[in-house]
Amino acid sequence: MEQDDRPTEERPVDRRTFVTQTILAACAGAPILLLGGVIRLPVLNGVQEGEASEAYDPTGHYYGMGVDIDKCIGCGRCVEACKTENDVPRDAHHFNTWVERYVINGEDEVTVDSPNGGIEGFPPTMAEKEIRRTFFVPKLCNHCANPPCVQVCPVGATFQTRDGVVLVDEDYCIGCRYCIQACPYGARWFHPTKHVAQKCTFCYHRITQGLLPACVEACPTGARVFGEIEHRATPLARFTRMNEIQVLKPYLNTKPKVYYANLDGEVR
Amino acid sequence: MPQQVSRLALLFAVGVAVLIGARLVLVPKTFGQFGHYRGAAVDSIAARPIKYASHQVCAGCHEEVHEKREEGNHRGVACEVCHGAQSAHVADPTGIKPPAPRDRGFCPLCHQYNPSRPTGFPQIDPVTHNPLTPCIRCHDPHAPVPPRTPSECGACHGQIARQKVASRHVDLRCTTCHGVPEQHKITPQAVRPTKPSDRKFCGKCHAPDAVPPAEVLYPRGMVRMIPAVAREIPRVDIDTHGGRYLCWQCHYPHYPEK
Ligand code: HEC
Ligand code: HEC
Ligand code: HEC
Ligand code: HEC
Ligand code: HEC
Ligand code: HEC
Ligand code: HEC
Ligand code: HEC
Repeated sequence: MEQDDRPTEERPVDRRTFVTQTILAACAGAPILLLGGVIRLPVLNGVQEGEASEAYDPTGHYYGMGVDIDKCIGCGRCVEACKTENDVPRDAHHFNTWVERYVINGEDEVTVDSPNGGIEGFPPTMAEKEIRRTFFVPKLCNHCANPPCVQVCPVGATFQTRDGVVLVDEDYCIGCRYCIQACPYGARWFHPTKHVAQKCTFCYHRITQGLLPACVEACPTGARVFGEIEHRATPLARFTRMNEIQVLKPYLNTKPKVYYANLDGEVR
Repeated sequence: MPQQVSRLALLFAVGVAVLIGARLVLVPKTFGQFGHYRGAAVDSIAARPIKYASHQVCAGCHEEVHEKREEGNHRGVACEVCHGAQSAHVADPTGIKPPAPRDRGFCPLCHQYNPSRPTGFPQIDPVTHNPLTPCIRCHDPHAPVPPRTPSECGACHGQIARQKVASRHVDLRCTTCHGVPEQHKITPQAVRPTKPSDRKFCGKCHAPDAVPPAEVLYPRGMVRMIPAVAREIPRVDIDTHGGRYLCWQCHYPHYPEK
């Protein structure tokens, strides 16, 4: 490189100095950015503790549900209770929980139907002589420990609470429907008037008050068991210990927290 | 410091300030409180109104009905399944009266015969089961019992009974294969019938040298038992046929097929 005789102040900055100094400056600035990003909560937002969290401590809970296929009578009272409790539109397209009927005929062909979610019962389908096996399967959001719907939300409007429930923030949802596409269980739906994504909340407003979810309260045969996964002496823990448990679509690695007992291999 | 650098630094500082400012304005207050979401959303979801008060709450005032239900066959059926979500009634017991399902349309939601229902669940055909009379005339909704012990196994095992009727085993009685204590028809869960347990059992009729009981050999309606009209029963070598498996791992006993 040529020698430059001008005083330092007048010299144009050479490329090397420019680059090193810019990087240094950026490094000096980075902590500020990081500060903004990481410690933003107390410093920048001012912590707002919710009122409900005073009595109820979410860190002491982790919820799941058990479903016993052998006990389900397909009466649809869970669907009715859910729609009432959660103001789900009363049409045949929107459900937080629904009941499917599986019918397997002599040729091993599987028919699955869920007329209006099962809320009015199930009319006869095929002649009984043709039926080889048949049973009901209640379905709902699996509250996956590894939820694909939460991963795809562009704004953080759907999330997993500390007690293991997957919820939608209605006020923050932008209605892009990515999560509805991402759910492999078809458990999410789009509210026709609120224009936001909706789903089963495990009746979060009930369980935080010590009540059971409405579908569990309504089930006449005890086919649905709700409770703590991690404590040992709970009805759900007993249920998962006493039965051979399966989850839906385990190969997707979503880690569902709805556990099925006596599930037929045909169910998906 | 060279001017360019100090200008650049200034520009950078302004950028950072704008960024922080934008964050303050755009990111909701409680965002990130517990994770990548608005912490306040949890509280607003938890604050939604409760509609089903739960049966424990009903029990507080309707002790008599509660106790009756708790001991009867409907112990699993919550009050509000039949009376509707009643938080409003709990808040104002005299002002709001819950409805009661008194007509015949309601109970069949659970009790109408449906082959997909699990075996053992009590089911009826509403068309033929004491038509026109309201169910609650004969059954107390809070503690229903069949007014008399059902004589047919099919009252509770409808699917099995219907399959058997259409099968080659139509002339076999349920009790030929199951030992059923009378008490099973009253408290079915507590008193269980027996089930065949080994291959020799089916051999009683299907072994080459077996002598099946007369009611099977001479189908219904036959007055005299003339050996020449006795029905042919297919025979198999019990020791080898089907290998090591139990017969009913291949043939459904209530609807046996070749
Ligand atoms: C705070 C006490 C209280 C609670 C809790 C309560 N009830 Fe009542 N309920 C009453 C009273 C008092 C009446 C009688 C009202 C009257 O006759 O004016 C009544 C009447 C009824 C009736 C009869 C209505 C009629 O037409 O005669 C039904 C059915 C009923 N309650 C169901 C329920 C159910 C289901 C629940 C639980 C969700 C419940 N109640 C909880 C106090 C209560
Ligand atoms: C299987 C459905 C069913 C269930 C479950 C049920 N009820 Fe009823 N209930 C009825 C029907 C039907 C009537 C009307 C009876 C009549 O008119 O003779 C009734 C009547 C009543 C009445 C008014 C008459 C009376 O007998 O005092 C009260 C109060 C009542 N129910 C409370 C309850 C409570 C509390 C529970 C829960 C512990 C409950 N019911 C569970 C169906 C049900
Ligand atoms: C939400 C579902 C549901 C509804 C609605 C319902 N039941 Fe039941 N019922 C049950 C269950 C569960 C049992 C207990 C079955 C068992 O022990 O396996 C039962 C048992 C019975 C039994 C006893 C049967 C036996 O042989 O043990 C009778 C009778 C009965 N119900 C009549 C009625 C009548 C009448 C109504 C309408 C007022 C009614 N049920 C409404 C779920 C229901
Ligand atoms: C006239 C009285 C009467 C009426 C009305 C009536 N039942 Fe029954 N129910 C009986 C008798 C008697 C039995 C005993 C079983 C049998 O022999 O049919 C019975 C048995 C049952 C059983 C138990 C199944 C079994 O055989 O063990 C159920 C469930 C039942 N009834 C439900 C209903 C429902 C639901 C209605 C209304 C749609 C109804 N009953 C109306 C008299 C009645
Ligand atoms: C009042 C209703 C009722 C009547 C009537 C009835 N059962 Fe049952 N039965 C049940 C119930 C409920 C179960 C238990 C089902 C279960 O939990 O898997 C059962 C179970 C059985 C089992 C299986 C036992 C086991 O350990 O797996 C056999 C076999 C059986 N019943 C045979 C009969 C026969 C045969 C008759 C007629 C003589 C009969 N039942 C009449 C309700 C009834
Ligand atoms: C040919 C003998 C035979 C006859 C007849 C028969 N069963 Fe069975 N049943 C069996 C055998 C064997 C099993 C055990 C099947 C098993 O363990 O997989 C069984 C099992 C059952 C069960 C247990 C549940 C199930 O589906 O496996 C019930 C309930 C039952 N029988 C009821 C009945 C009733 C009701 C009748 C009359 C309508 C009847 N059985 C007639 C042989 C018979
Ligand atoms: C009480 C006597 C009796 C017993 C016990 C009995 N069966 Fe049968 N079985 C019959 C009769 C009768 C037929 C029908 C003969 C006919 O009409 O073709 C039959 C037919 C059959 C058939 C042939 C069906 C066809 O389509 O040709 C099979 C398979 C069968 N039984 C299997 C079994 C099994 C498995 C058991 C043990 C769980 C059993 N049976 C116990 C009497 C019996
Ligand atoms: C591994 C499965 C399997 C087992 C276990 C089995 N079977 Fe079979 N069985 C068959 C098949 C396949 C046929 C039809 C082909 C044939 O005729 O061999 C049949 C046919 C029959 C027939 C009709 C024969 C005819 O000539 O029409 C009878 C009766 C029968 N089995 C009874 C039994 C009895 C009793 C047992 C228990 C000792 C038993 N089976 C165990 C598979 C089995």
